[in-house]
Amino acid sequence: MTELSKTGAALGEPAPGNAPDAFLAVRDLKVHFPTDDGLVKSVDGLSFQVEKGKTLCIVGESGSGKSVTSLAIMGLHRLGAQGKHVQMSGEIWLDGKELVSADPDEVRRLRGREMAMIFQDPLSAMHPYYTIGNQIVEAYRVHNDVSKKVARKRAIEMLDRVGIPEPNKRVDGYPHEFSGGMRQRAMIAMALVNNPELLIADEPTTALDVTVQAQILDLIRDLQKEFGSAVVLITHDLGVVAEIADDVLVMYGGRCVERGSVDDVFERPQHPYTWGLLGSMPRIDRETSERLIPVKGQPPSLINVPSGCAFHPRCPYADIPKGDVTRTVRPELQQVGGGHFSACHLSPEDRTRIWTEEIAPKL
Amino acid sequence: MSETKKTDADVTAAPDEREILLKVEGLQKHFPIRKGVLQRQVGAVKAVDGIDFEVRKGETLGVVGESGCGKSTMGRVITRLQEPTGGSIHFEGQDITRLNAAGMRPLRRDIQMIFQDPYGSLNPRHTIGGIVSAPFRLQDVEPEGGVKKEVQRLLELVGLSPEHFNRYPHEFSGGQRQRIGIARALALKPKLVVADEPVSALDVSIQAQVVNLMDDLQEELGLTYVIIAHDLSVVRHVSDRIAVMYLGKIVELADRTALYEAPMHPYTKALMSAVPVPDPKRRGAKSERILLRGDVPSPISPPSGCRFHTRCWKATEICRTTEPQLIELRPGQRVACHHPENFEDQAPQDTVLLSVAKEAASLVAEEVLAESAATSAAVAAEVEGSQEAEPSETSAEKPAAEATADAEATSAKTGPGARTAPATGVQEAKDDGQESTDE
Ligand SMILES: Nc1ncnc2c1ncn2[C@@H]1O[C@H](COP(=O)(O)OP(=O)(O)OP(=O)(O)O)[C@@H](O)[C@H]1O
Ligand SMILES: Nc1ncnc2c1ncn2[C@@H]1O[C@H](COP(=O)(O)OP(=O)(O)OP(=O)(O)O)[C@@H](O)[C@H]1O
Ligand code: SF4
Ligand code: SF4
Ligand SMILES: [Mg+2]
Ligand SMILES: [Mg+2]
Repeated sequence: MTELSKTGAALGEPAPGNAPDAFLAVRDLKVHFPTDDGLVKSVDGLSFQVEKGKTLCIVGESGSGKSVTSLAIMGLHRLGAQGKHVQMSGEIWLDGKELVSADPDEVRRLRGREMAMIFQDPLSAMHPYYTIGNQIVEAYRVHNDVSKKVARKRAIEMLDRVGIPEPNKRVDGYPHEFSGGMRQRAMIAMALVNNPELLIADEPTTALDVTVQAQILDLIRDLQKEFGSAVVLITHDLGVVAEIADDVLVMYGGRCVERGSVDDVFERPQHPYTWGLLGSMPRIDRETSERLIPVKGQPPSLINVPSGCAFHPRCPYADIPKGDVTRTVRPELQQVGGGHFSACHLSPEDRTRIWTEEIAPKL
Repeated sequence: MSETKKTDADVTAAPDEREILLKVEGLQKHFPIRKGVLQRQVGAVKAVDGIDFEVRKGETLGVVGESGCGKSTMGRVITRLQEPTGGSIHFEGQDITRLNAAGMRPLRRDIQMIFQDPYGSLNPRHTIGGIVSAPFRLQDVEPEGGVKKEVQRLLELVGLSPEHFNRYPHEFSGGQRQRIGIARALALKPKLVVADEPVSALDVSIQAQVVNLMDDLQEELGLTYVIIAHDLSVVRHVSDRIAVMYLGKIVELADRTALYEAPMHPYTKALMSAVPVPDPKRRGAKSERILLRGDVPSPISPPSGCRFHTRCWKATEICRTTEPQLIELRPGQRVACHHPENFEDQAPQDTVLLSVAKEAASLVAEEVLAESAATSAAVAAEVEGSQEAEPSETSAEKPAAEATADAEATSAKTGPGARTAPATGVQEAKDDGQESTDE
């Protein structure tokens, strides 16, 4: 992630409208859903970029807008019944093309070939009445002019690569005959069948046990090496992040609260929410008797987003910055190191002190 | 999750004296494979193939194992959402194996399941309020303060807000859907909850909250859980006992501490070694990881003898021919293996590794092999053999080989039921070897 700009304020500015250098660049993305109870601001001013061959991991609380962001990049919010309601603004640049304002047909053509997505919910992404094989064959043939036989061979090869045992038999199975983890792998096979240049993987390994998980991460790395693909990986498993990320983006309440290289975020995290995330993680390399530091309280409402810093109702340090600034002024992303940004009102001195004295020793 | 931590005292609080809530014997679930116009059965997916275990009142049994090993199927069968092919299930002493729908109805209140696929299990046409209040309507229960109030309380308990009450499943994030399933399952305060990956879609902070909630309810209402998960670090935090499954079988069933500190089944050991550690500095520190050779075999035609023999680095002839029984080797630790880790060899006469085992061993780190050698004559012979083959290194390696012999002697002396893990012997001996190399 090269820096978009030096100051946080500039990051919130209206997007400049011209193509960026990065392969994927998201600028000030907003995705809002009107509901009977009010406007749900699922994503509210998000910016990031990913170069080819690099992996960006997006982490953050359940409901913080990770999946909504990825569906927006894939142009999937504008489809179906939802499409009439969703309010989207900002820019999404993929390989020099702007997608938010693009013709839906154009985005559809990119989908599956140039960009592919592994969905969080395998069942919802697969058709129950078609065999797994047929669905992969279809995905392949839409973008490749080959016979059914060739496509079937490719489908079996892909199932084999994601570790489905006896792929030549399983290829004729239906989704309900697969275990949860096998369905997820079948979907990964489907997403990778066209060697996409941008792969968005939404919790690709949550339903998988560790051995298969390692295999899938290797597969994603292979894809990257071979085709220089850019990868956006959404996960709540920080073990996976540590393993595969180049850069990390931490989301809270529809916004980015911290981003930087994987080393920045794990070794010099600057945002109280990131501290909470790192602290509430059960680790197998630790004693069970060690205390974890969970993030207390409830996730924020996205209709009545807390004023000022959205994290303030749960932040143990909300009273440290002078006055009631954390409750009234929304903190913008500020550069806190080369390529490392954080959105928090704490002074650099306070941050460093809290991190080194209170948090780091407990991790 | 700190408050939910089970202390070891909990576990040792004479679990055997607790009443058995669920007892499963010889449980099987086979899915027939049919072919052709006549739909003749040509085979079967043996998803669950003869498992025995019991769950005691108030405890949490964790079930782990590789994808496709039959965990969800086991869960659906013990809650009678799918018919078992064989074996029996007793709930509170009552045989429920063949109860029909009418017979099961009163029990539906007591036995609940949280599904792995939250989206698939929520009716897309009902609002969340409707979905979570359904159990009250179906069982004709009127909670104190009314259904709506109770439902809102439940939603809040799992970290959802009242503003979610009127929304439909597609308007929720993955983790929110999973929590809806949890709220629904806990609504009627059941006696047994079978939770299939209840927290896998949740980020760590909410994971901690949900685990806390499940734990509080356990304490308050004496709930009993069977928790299916592939995340070993989560399972360790929530379970009193853990069952490890491989290809439709339970290969090890033990107290949490015993399982994590001294796993006896080679598969358990491999599973534990592969957990990613959230620390970028340790990226690529793969040496400690036991990679398993090849794919999981098919449950349609599982391997003969021990089902793990095609991927085990300790497999000998007896493993190929004779299925090891799940027996209690140490109090509270049941294992199905001829050459268990951290315990005396159960088939010491078998001293030749299968050739697949040699291939598997090439993926296993030296330290692991050295540990394994302490409890398997075949691995010991192999380790020794490979050292003789490299004469240039004999002087350095020899002490290690002796050490292995020493360790064997120790384990032989201490005999069955010995608490000391022979592996420690190897560790010490190896350090000695190190010293002599330096000299
Ligand atoms: N169609 C919709 N209508 C209304 N609200 C929606 C809709 N889709 C998503 N939301 C809301 O937007 C928020 C963000 O959802 P999203 O699916 O992006 O979360 P997430 O970060 O992926 O969480 P998880 O880790 O649980 O999957 C959630 O609070 C969700 O309830
Ligand atoms: N309805 C069905 N018809 C045929 N085969 C099935 C059916 N349901 C499950 N299976 C098979 O049974 C085996 C066990 O599946 P199960 O869903 O129990 O696995 P699991 O241990 O829960 O795996 P995961 O961790 O991936 O969810 C798999 O090989 C699966 O394909
Ligand atoms: S701005 Fe204030 S409330 Fe927000 S994270 Fe920083 S210290 Fe906490
Ligand atoms: S040593 Fe033999 S019985 Fe034990 S797990 Fe390996 S193959 Fe199975
Ligand atoms: Mg999501
Ligand atoms: Mg399952």
